[in-house]
Amino acid sequence: MSEINLELAKISEKIGSEDIEQKATRDGYGDALVELGEKNLNVVVLTGDLSESTRAQAFQKKFPERFFDVGVAEQNMMGIAAGLALAGKIPFVSSYATFSPGRNWDQLRVSVAYSQANVKIAGAHTGVSVGPDGATHQALEDIALTRVLPGLVVIVPCDYIQTKQATLAAAAYKGPAYFRFTREKSPIITTPETGFEIGKAQVMRDGKDVVVIGCGPVLYNAFLAAKDLEKQGISVMIVNNHTIKPVDSETIIAAAKKCGAVVTLEEHQISAGAGSAVCEVLAKNYPVPVEMVGMPDSFGESGQPEELIQKFGMDSESIKKAIQKVIQRKGKNGKS
Amino acid sequence: MQILTTQQLQLKANDIRQDIIEMLLEAKSGHSAGPLGMADVFTALYFNILRHDPENPTWVDRDKLVLSCGHICPVLYATLSEAGYFPKEELKTLRKLGTRLHGHPHNLALPGIENSSGPLGQGLSQAVGMALASRMDRTTGRIYAICSDGEQDEGQVWEALMFAGKNRLHNLTVILDRNNIQIDGYTEDVMPLEPLKDKYEAFNFHVIEVDGHNYQQIIDACNEAKAIYEKPTMIIAHTIPGKGVGFMEYDYKWHGTPPNKEQGVKALNDLRTLRGRIQGEHQ
Repeated sequence: MSEINLELAKISEKIGSEDIEQKATRDGYGDALVELGEKNLNVVVLTGDLSESTRAQAFQKKFPERFFDVGVAEQNMMGIAAGLALAGKIPFVSSYATFSPGRNWDQLRVSVAYSQANVKIAGAHTGVSVGPDGATHQALEDIALTRVLPGLVVIVPCDYIQTKQATLAAAAYKGPAYFRFTREKSPIITTPETGFEIGKAQVMRDGKDVVVIGCGPVLYNAFLAAKDLEKQGISVMIVNNHTIKPVDSETIIAAAKKCGAVVTLEEHQISAGAGSAVCEVLAKNYPVPVEMVGMPDSFGESGQPEELIQKFGMDSESIKKAIQKVIQRKGKNGKS
Repeated sequence: MQILTTQQLQLKANDIRQDIIEMLLEAKSGHSAGPLGMADVFTALYFNILRHDPENPTWVDRDKLVLSCGHICPVLYATLSEAGYFPKEELKTLRKLGTRLHGHPHNLALPGIENSSGPLGQGLSQAVGMALASRMDRTTGRIYAICSDGEQDEGQVWEALMFAGKNRLHNLTVILDRNNIQIDGYTEDVMPLEPLKDKYEAFNFHVIEVDGHNYQQIIDACNEAKAIYEKPTMIIAHTIPGKGVGFMEYDYKWHGTPPNKEQGVKALNDLRTLRGRIQGEHQ
């Protein structure tokens, strides 16, 4: 495995500081849609009565003739999008991930993925950080639901800028793609120069003792954990594994080889999610001790976002514990 | 396109029905009643109504046929083949390993297949999407969606109807195969659908009821739909499931069953007799 895979990505200099800029990932989606609408007449946007909260509204105002509110009817929305795509349009399906791909998974499977219809599915309000709306509206299963479908790209951007870049990249990519975002403002980890390429994970922090391979805004907590652990002499590498499918095996294997221990991190069920995708690569190619941080086979509940992240163990303290635990396991199974 | 006489259309449909029986006999699985029942509608569409070109199946201004009830695909395959989309010998590969004629149709497998279907209720939404795209691009092709009556149990169908009605998609014609059967029994026993005409009208559709084995009525209804400029059209085609094969007609047990060898011989015999009658009637 060549070292070039572990080249450091440029990231914000304000990471860990109080005044880091915060913006919601869904705003990145909304801003990208407007940009796309100006550039490409084939871009159309659909929503199921959620134009404001998915941030599709700006597109709606600017390009009403290319915007379709289908009402509260996610199955029909996915099907219409498939028909539009089969006729040459590039539809963006905007809803909450619990409903799309939650409620309309069969339509996603047959009308979109099996048919290779060029539909882009944007799942808003993922993770427990949705907060007060409670478990019904906190999508924690969407990565599992989407990454199991052949021919569907699955992207989990880590911040506002990356969501914007991912939306543009998804539009340029020919084929169905799913990407998810979160409701709340979150720290901007990347910069406009960081770049984004579907299927290419980014090493955002160098380290040698353990690598955190994660995705989504929750990745910021790994930076906080890494900074704390530095004082204890623990060197933490951080990989932003933003594309869950097709997974970047090369970078994952190279990082595991360098560090010998892995912690996966996601705001999603641990079962069948982004961490599981990492484990599938490692088990087959380079098995090392792994700890998995994410939703521990539980539904969420109402509360403030930060309270819920803490309660369900996706905060920096939980990540620190997982790192310490995985380091203790190193060497015990014959690997150093 | 050469315009066929009613007798020629009836003979074409008879060929298609024989193809269907032969395909099912070879495949040893598949649906009998629906494909036989819709053979006249498919013949009318591909040999009279649709503007299409087997030599250029991706022609931008073509009329598109979206099959929502994918399980009746033997009639689609047989008709496409009769129309020249692919060689007739290929019909015998239905449902076999390596075939392009899957048990339920796949849009990428075969020229002339516009959409993948099987799980019921999905095709109409796709047809609506295509009709929207056609309106935006100002292409002249019309969209024809074929739905089954049992399929109307699916909520997604009514979501799509609501959207098409609201958006006055006049370039969309839906043809409902009203054969009154579904896998578990008669539609009105499993889940009553009537009054269907009233329901579609309430959803802002122009509704026409036809005898699904009467070519003049089918063709007239499709032409009427073209002339309706403010609404999408729903053509309720009353059909006889298993039409043309005496022992299959009207019996829901033939929904998802193929004939065995003996029944196949009998079915082909029925269809050949029918062919003789069609030729006789017009002499």
